[in-house]
Amino acid sequence: MAERRVLWLGLGLLLLAGAFLCWQIRAPYGFILELRAAKLGALVCVGAATGAATVLFQTVAGNRLLTPGLVGFDALFVLLQTLLVTALGGVGFAQIPSGLRFVMEVGAMGLGSVLLFGLLLRRDAKDITRMILTGIILGVLLRGASEMVQRLMDPSDFAVVQQAMFASFGAVDPGQLGVSAVVLLGALAVSLRLAPALDVCALGRGTARGLGLDHDRMVRIALLLMAAMVSVSTALVGPVTFLGLLTASLARHLTGTHRHAVLIPAAALLGALILVAGQFVFERLLGSASALAVIVEFFGGLAFLFLVLKRRPR
Amino acid sequence: MIDVQNLSYVVDGTEILHDVSTRLERGGITALIGPNGAGKSTLLHCISGLESPSCGSVRIDGLDPFTAPPRSRARAVALLQQSPALVSRLTVHELVSFGRWPHHQGRPTQADHDAVERALVAFALSDLADRSIATLSGGQRQRAFIAMTWAQETPWMLLDEPLNALDPRHARDLMARLHALSRDGARSIVIVLHDINAAAGWADHIVAMKDGRIVAQDASAALLTEDTLREVFDTPFELLEHRGRKVVVAR
Repeated sequence: MAERRVLWLGLGLLLLAGAFLCWQIRAPYGFILELRAAKLGALVCVGAATGAATVLFQTVAGNRLLTPGLVGFDALFVLLQTLLVTALGGVGFAQIPSGLRFVMEVGAMGLGSVLLFGLLLRRDAKDITRMILTGIILGVLLRGASEMVQRLMDPSDFAVVQQAMFASFGAVDPGQLGVSAVVLLGALAVSLRLAPALDVCALGRGTARGLGLDHDRMVRIALLLMAAMVSVSTALVGPVTFLGLLTASLARHLTGTHRHAVLIPAAALLGALILVAGQFVFERLLGSASALAVIVEFFGGLAFLFLVLKRRPR
Repeated sequence: MIDVQNLSYVVDGTEILHDVSTRLERGGITALIGPNGAGKSTLLHCISGLESPSCGSVRIDGLDPFTAPPRSRARAVALLQQSPALVSRLTVHELVSFGRWPHHQGRPTQADHDAVERALVAFALSDLADRSIATLSGGQRQRAFIAMTWAQETPWMLLDEPLNALDPRHARDLMARLHALSRDGARSIVIVLHDINAAAGWADHIVAMKDGRIVAQDASAALLTEDTLREVFDTPFELLEHRGRKVVVAR
């Protein structure tokens, strides 16, 4: 029955995608369809990557309140952007071919996230409170570093950075989208193959090791998968902090299972569904496209507060 | 047979285990007793291979738990740790099924399903099989975790203070169950106990520890003397005989 709900989610996403593509379409059809398809692809990729990565992160961290964004991932992105612009200058930054820039960003984010998540999930970091605090303090540190560099930079360079600081689903390069989709599909396939081992992983390090799972190796693999998924999605559109939390907790509620073979696809589909639906409503029905990231963050933030407040003390 | 040779365990300069050597024979229940901080849990974790000692060796029926592949280790010895983490939305049946992981690694066969059923029956959990473990009482939850360890069907089963936070009825029920299940000699249970009377009532062998060393080791009836207990716990005890059973009373 949990599997059936995943099927329904997939069906819903297909319908929505169809509506997104064909709503009030006028000539020239080919051109508009191409534009919309690129946007749809970006929304689906980012939503799926964020959802799946958050489920992985929560499993290896052993905590349902965590999301890569919460532990300083978006701050890392902004810092990297700031440093890139500073190093190359605003004009130089804009002059890099978009394909190369994308590869650079993915590489830098991948490396940065392996370092960041690795630091948080170190073997001795079993203390969840310490881990969250470390993540938040790291985020503050990274944000402080970005701000310091931003104060020193040329105002026109700063405008370039500012644009990169917020998620935007507007103009997405089809080439980048293709690369992202391939990386994402690969990461999702590996995650699904590892689903039974991830179920064991969720029992906690002690129990998982007792059952003969090489827990530390599993955490490292999950870390790499997560890094690949969030880096690609962030390099594509920019940081979305709370979307992952919203999708992961929704996926758990909706499927009512602990099994990753169901949870990962459910979270991926839900993430895509939320973004596509949001974009559809804002762009097609309300005519204000830029608000999507803000609204998703708003509801994601609400979901986070709800989860924190409803948790019964044990 | 579990063969422990010259095991030492040092954490931050503090020696938790000091050159421990012992042999635990197969069959029945072996209880590890001793005061707080005697090193009972650490010894149990070292035997299970999950905690690496500073020096020394362990052999479980010839298998070295520190170098063996995790999967072989998990089919030779099962460890239940103190207060394992809870996963929400996990039913009793699903939890117990995890005990079969070392055998099937994600692809359960009929034999695995049968083993899970046996474990559920052995620990009287059949009626609770579909309940979420988060909704169980402490005693039921402990039983579910022990059933998971049991479903691992390892020759050796190590339990770290399973009676913690259990009321007398559940504690007695659990010990009686383990005692009955270990009679056929196929499974050997090593159990850390705080309650000396639980050891006196149900254990076949007792290993008494103090300050990271083994002070005494013998069949239960032979080991339980007022002198030994006073030496181990640094406090006087009185040993009574009640209906053919030894009862220990702190004086």
